[in-house]
Amino acid sequence: MNTPAAAVFVEAPPTPPAERLRGLGDALLPAAAALLITVLLFSAAVALAGFNPLEVWGLILMGGFGDAFAWQNTLQRAAPLVLTGLAVALPAQAGRVIIGAEGALVLGGLAAAALGLPLSTQAPPAVVWPLMALAGMLTGGLWIGIVGWLREKREVNETIASLLMSFIAIALFNQMVETVLRDPASLNKPSTRPLPDNYLLPAMPGLDVHWGLGVGVVVAIVCWAVVKLTPLGLALRVAGGNPRTALGVGLPVAGLTIGACAAGGAAAGLAGAVEVAAVHGAANASLIAGYGYSGILIAFAARFSPLGVVPVAILVGGIAASGSLLQRRLGLPDASVTVLLGFAFVALIGCETLRNRKT
Amino acid sequence: MSQDPLILPRRRLLAGSALAGATLALPGAIRSAFAQAPLTMGVIYVGPRGDFGYNQAQAQAAAAVKKLPGVKVVEEENVPETAAVQKTMEAMINQDKAALIFATSFGYFDPHMLKVAEKYPKVRFAHCGGMWTEGKHPKNASSYFGYIDECQYLAGIVAGYTSKTKKLGFIAAKPIPQVLRNINAFTMGARSVDPSITTRVIFTGEWSMPVKEAEAANSLIDQGVDVLTCHVDSPKVIVETAEKRGIFSSGYHASQAALAPKGYLTGAEWDWSTPYAAQIKAAQAGTPMPNLLRGGLKEGYVKMSPYGAPVSAAARSKADEVKAAMLKGGFVIFKGALKDNKGGTVIAAGKSIDQFDPELEKMNYLVEGVIGSIPG
Repeated sequence: MNTPAAAVFVEAPPTPPAERLRGLGDALLPAAAALLITVLLFSAAVALAGFNPLEVWGLILMGGFGDAFAWQNTLQRAAPLVLTGLAVALPAQAGRVIIGAEGALVLGGLAAAALGLPLSTQAPPAVVWPLMALAGMLTGGLWIGIVGWLREKREVNETIASLLMSFIAIALFNQMVETVLRDPASLNKPSTRPLPDNYLLPAMPGLDVHWGLGVGVVVAIVCWAVVKLTPLGLALRVAGGNPRTALGVGLPVAGLTIGACAAGGAAAGLAGAVEVAAVHGAANASLIAGYGYSGILIAFAARFSPLGVVPVAILVGGIAASGSLLQRRLGLPDASVTVLLGFAFVALIGCETLRNRKT
Repeated sequence: MSQDPLILPRRRLLAGSALAGATLALPGAIRSAFAQAPLTMGVIYVGPRGDFGYNQAQAQAAAAVKKLPGVKVVEEENVPETAAVQKTMEAMINQDKAALIFATSFGYFDPHMLKVAEKYPKVRFAHCGGMWTEGKHPKNASSYFGYIDECQYLAGIVAGYTSKTKKLGFIAAKPIPQVLRNINAFTMGARSVDPSITTRVIFTGEWSMPVKEAEAANSLIDQGVDVLTCHVDSPKVIVETAEKRGIFSSGYHASQAALAPKGYLTGAEWDWSTPYAAQIKAAQAGTPMPNLLRGGLKEGYVKMSPYGAPVSAAARSKADEVKAAMLKGGFVIFKGALKDNKGGTVIAAGKSIDQFDPELEKMNYLVEGVIGSIPG
């Protein structure tokens, strides 16, 4: 991306440390305020329902982060969410709001399952896994890439288009799993033929957590580096922040936008491929678990920072693990942690908006 | 009681406290409390417990066995068929010391429950469905399932007597063998009353999709259907729509009578408290886990909703007569000559297939009298 404009931006003087510190404070303040508001609101809701808020918060901390088992539980639940968070955060760099990562995820998983089985008779797992990942990424990337193209070339709203495309993807997925790709032995739960056991991705060494987490963290770091440290990332941010200026200085805005959408789709497709290779061993309706939709929440809460999705995904995974314990210990409904997430989300967006208005 | 992981380390602790006399010095009440540590069982649902359907039927059984002596129940709802359910099972074992786990959704079995069962060989795992296979699956895993098509056959008889338009409606999720078997049994029950009766079937493609289910219900009612039944996870919307439109309904999974006080005829319900109690008994006694539990009306695995007000005396007496035959044993639903709705013979004349025959679990046809086709 050696356009003159990019070069000019890259040569801007570095930010002095004091200013950088203030920037960090500015970023953390709304998060702290949002946390406080969330704690107050949820405590009130819990007390109104007749439970002791202290006991509930104690169980939330214990269930999500209290001991080694709680951490494994949390990280396992967070594993697919890092990638689906990226699926929303990456297109957001180009100013695009994609909410249909679920569709890219299931099609990515389907492609990985469809390719993985015939390959497993030809090559060892170490060769098959990267190819499955590639198949998932290409499929997901193509799917959301189409959404980006529709936006840039046909002026179709990408948010609506991605959601509708997601419905189409799920219908297509079900049709394939229930007909041409169906394992005839899967009588009561239509499914593709399973991968041989030795082609299932093992847990990460020393952890009872599947590779979705490791892959997600690595991809998040790479994406962060590309977005923050390279001319390409800078061009992308300029195109997203002010497309008119970007066009004025000769940046290929359409290409950058479609590329960012495709990259987001590839992250979702990769999540699907990992779910198939590490958890299910086949593609079936269990893949449609809502991870794509959780990714929207995670990316917004991380304020679209590719690196920020990692801690937010872990937090959401931890809250899911806590919800499990709350149900079993106090008989609280499953919806209680959804309420908690809702409060957190609204508080964060609200504090964010207030801060932006102030400056 | 040695199955309870709670009790073992404590016993070891007590035995190992070489500061002799400590054990003896313990008050008797505490010692007997250890000996009677309750069996903790975990129940996992894929949807909400109060769904008026599949999950509620399981939750009713959990509520029933909760009253048994020495049983503690922990429950978790809305657990997806992903790695999340593996962690929920492990959390029940690690955090609640559960020694018996009921994984109630079909998709929990492979790979999730099998994986966790191998990791925790001392814990017992029971799955709703018929998947457990000798020699292939672990001994601490098991399946329980019921022949609910018997109830659908009886519900068909009641529907056959009640319908005036002679058109019945069936809203089905997916065209899998279990669902087809219910559609066929319901239709055959109705046609045993009047062979001119037909059943119109609509497949929604999803286990839970209330909007599509309501659309299907309205569409069937517009076609003249006056008795509606279904096989989806929650029949709530379908039964409510039938009631609102002034037609009759027949329930599934659990009783939906409360949703349709005027038009609810009867319903095919599970009675999972039977297999739950059997597994609890084995776990408490420390005997090997029964790996395959299944049965119909006779064995107490399924039951009928009580007849609603619109059910005529003639309908009651005929349905009760067939039910008595089923309870006695020997009543066969699927017997030849049986034709599918394309005119082909699916069971030859003179041949009868009893309930336990696995051939019925591969059903891939709709019987004569069903209007509709298997998609895909």
